[in-house]
Amino acid sequence: MIRYALSRLISLTLSLIVASMVIFAVIEVIPGDPASFMLGVNAREDTLAALRAEMGLDQPLHVRYVDWVWGMLRGDFGNSWTYKTPVADMIADRVWVSLPLALYALILSTLLAFPAGIYAASRRGRIGDTAVMSATQLGVAIPNFWFAMIMVLIFAINLRWFSAGGFPGWDRGFWGGMKALTLPAISLALPQAAILARVMRSSLLDMLGEDFIRTARAKGLSKRQALWRHAVRNALIPVLTIIGLQFSFLLAGGIIIEQVFFLPGLGRLIFQAISARDLIVVESVVMLLVFVVIVVNFAVDLAYAAVDPRLRTQA
Amino acid sequence: MKTFQTLIGASAIALTAGIASAQSDITVAIQLEPPNLDPTGGAAQAIDSVLYSNVFEGLTRFMADGSVVAGLAESWDISEDGLTYTFNLRSGVTFHDGTLMDADDVKFSLDRARAEDSTNAQKALFAGISDVTVTDPQTVTVTLSEPNGSFLFNMAWGDAVIVAPESIADIASNPIGTGAFKFDDWVQGDRIEMSRNDAYWGAVPALESATFRFISDPTAAFAAVMAEDVDAFVGFPAPENLPQFEADPRFQVLTGNTEGETILSINNKMPPFDNVMVRKAVAHAIDRQAIIDGAMFGYGTPIGTHFAPHNPDYVDLISNSQYDPELAKKLLAEAGFADGFTTTLKLPPPSYARRGGEIIASQLREVGITAEISNLEWAQWLEEVFKAKDFGLSIVSHTEPMDIGIYANPDYYFQYDNPKFQELMETLTATTDPAGRSAILAEAQEIISLDYVNGYLFELAISTVAKAELNGLWLNQPTAAVDLTGVSWSN
Repeated sequence: MIRYALSRLISLTLSLIVASMVIFAVIEVIPGDPASFMLGVNAREDTLAALRAEMGLDQPLHVRYVDWVWGMLRGDFGNSWTYKTPVADMIADRVWVSLPLALYALILSTLLAFPAGIYAASRRGRIGDTAVMSATQLGVAIPNFWFAMIMVLIFAINLRWFSAGGFPGWDRGFWGGMKALTLPAISLALPQAAILARVMRSSLLDMLGEDFIRTARAKGLSKRQALWRHAVRNALIPVLTIIGLQFSFLLAGGIIIEQVFFLPGLGRLIFQAISARDLIVVESVVMLLVFVVIVVNFAVDLAYAAVDPRLRTQA
Repeated sequence: MKTFQTLIGASAIALTAGIASAQSDITVAIQLEPPNLDPTGGAAQAIDSVLYSNVFEGLTRFMADGSVVAGLAESWDISEDGLTYTFNLRSGVTFHDGTLMDADDVKFSLDRARAEDSTNAQKALFAGISDVTVTDPQTVTVTLSEPNGSFLFNMAWGDAVIVAPESIADIASNPIGTGAFKFDDWVQGDRIEMSRNDAYWGAVPALESATFRFISDPTAAFAAVMAEDVDAFVGFPAPENLPQFEADPRFQVLTGNTEGETILSINNKMPPFDNVMVRKAVAHAIDRQAIIDGAMFGYGTPIGTHFAPHNPDYVDLISNSQYDPELAKKLLAEAGFADGFTTTLKLPPPSYARRGGEIIASQLREVGITAEISNLEWAQWLEEVFKAKDFGLSIVSHTEPMDIGIYANPDYYFQYDNPKFQELMETLTATTDPAGRSAILAEAQEIISLDYVNGYLFELAISTVAKAELNGLWLNQPTAAVDLTGVSWSN
């Protein structure tokens, strides 16, 4: 188990180093001078030079890379060029929107997908199975931003149950914050739930064809008992993989939903920073997201080992 | 006695009811969030939209109709030679942190803006200042190196607002000005809150508090207004939805002009555009009304030169470049391009450029010019088009007020180099009497119109959707500003 965890940890570190280099290189080669963007078309050359020096853009590339990585290791992400505030503070503010939103969506999607997937598998080929499968087909096919707009139309504009977007902030009450995140979370969760339900169903059906289920049935367990006692646990491995990927997607991929609901989250921060060429913010947020994705994958790897004893001795 | 008590009771109820129903706060949405809150340190219009006149004020200020009136300077004397401006400051003006606004603050603000290491985006506004002297706490004398007829106009810009040395360090996140509203809070990505400054030197505004929100997506903007999450949306981004709001009794739609001359910029140094015949052909190949209708849903005023049509000095020169594709073909043939040519059309992100670009490309194709469209982000546009001048055609709205002077700069990205025009602009700068200035401006408009420097398309419109009960919002945008000092609710 320890060797398994260690090898995962080494690959995690290598991934982070490579990712930091790729992110830095890609973002630095994007055309567009941040200083001229900030100062606009009437800026004079000496003003631009003064601003570039202020932002440290006159330093050579490798010096800036090393400064950036070293700063991040100490928890210092530098100052945003356009907002002129520490990037770490900006990220900290935004994480408290994006992270709860991702978790909220993940919980909703899991709560929907597990019963639906198990139900469909246990009713294989019957009307219930067909109904669940058609519903998930629809869920996978509908783009989440479109679904979000339809929900705004119904629940915000017509029924006035929710506001059309925005976020009041947790300091103005927990339930107000949750309410503001509800429509976005549902929009994010439904397509994910559809995918997860399909994976759950097919994974369970695979298990139901395995020898150990036949043995369990031969021992005298009913089909339902065999499913719950033996198949579900074994079917969890592919489902866990999907959940891990989905969490990363929900955290990083909320950009569009955050635009639709104008939520002050990480996605919107990246979106604004890219168009304003606030490269230091883009680099740091993307690096943070890569870090989260890699750590989540690491956790999923460890979770496999917990579910599947065979993995603990391998690797 | 009983009747008397009932009366008092009834009037007390009426009074509280009256107070309860009168709304005194406002939520205003604009499309872009300001990157920081320092109007003297960045070009982003959103900074001025939120802060100009509300939080920060200058020596002079713009009114809704574009006129320039006294601001923190109560009055001024201009010397005979036009070189010395003596400003008499209002007394008893305080910054939001309680410190007094006096001549030292004015000197500090102007010196900071024109300093060597200044990062002021409009540093040119201050270039003519040779000295700023404090005479006494209420008087400051500004000396210019040469007469400048637009100096008082320049001092009304958001980039020339008066700031204090005590609060300058945190201005980007905690702006402290002298305006009728004081800044309270900025939740980045979501909103900026401000409240009434009860110590304001002028008329105290009717609103007690104001919240600015930032909604960039047109669909989200529509939803926020329909759901009444916001009371007003200044610069509503989806013109296709405006008729729906006009028909809804809950809302009013205000459509006014900006200072944005939207032009088809032509690279005057790049062949074949260095030939005035070719530029004239391009101008006649363009159907302005089709662009206004197709790209802007009918919102926009056609222009025939680089000047705002609502300005009293505007000259209607549209007839110089009427839509006439046959004439355009003839001109091209005369210039030696009977078979047409191929050029680039580089478009920045705003919809006027992207939508307008498609229409212009197809209109140019009619006369034989192939314009290859490429879509750029702003930062890329600045690099490729504005700085490197690597373009044939582009579409941009020039939003700075009174910016005809850019045609006197041969290094400006469209590279128009006409010594006669440059001389004329120098004369304009040195002229202070209004009639003389009007005559020069008329001549200047004519020169660039007949030189077909650029294709002059339309003056960019701005639409505001607001609750029907709101009064006092600006119709036009003489400068980027959402001035709330005169806004009130009617019940």
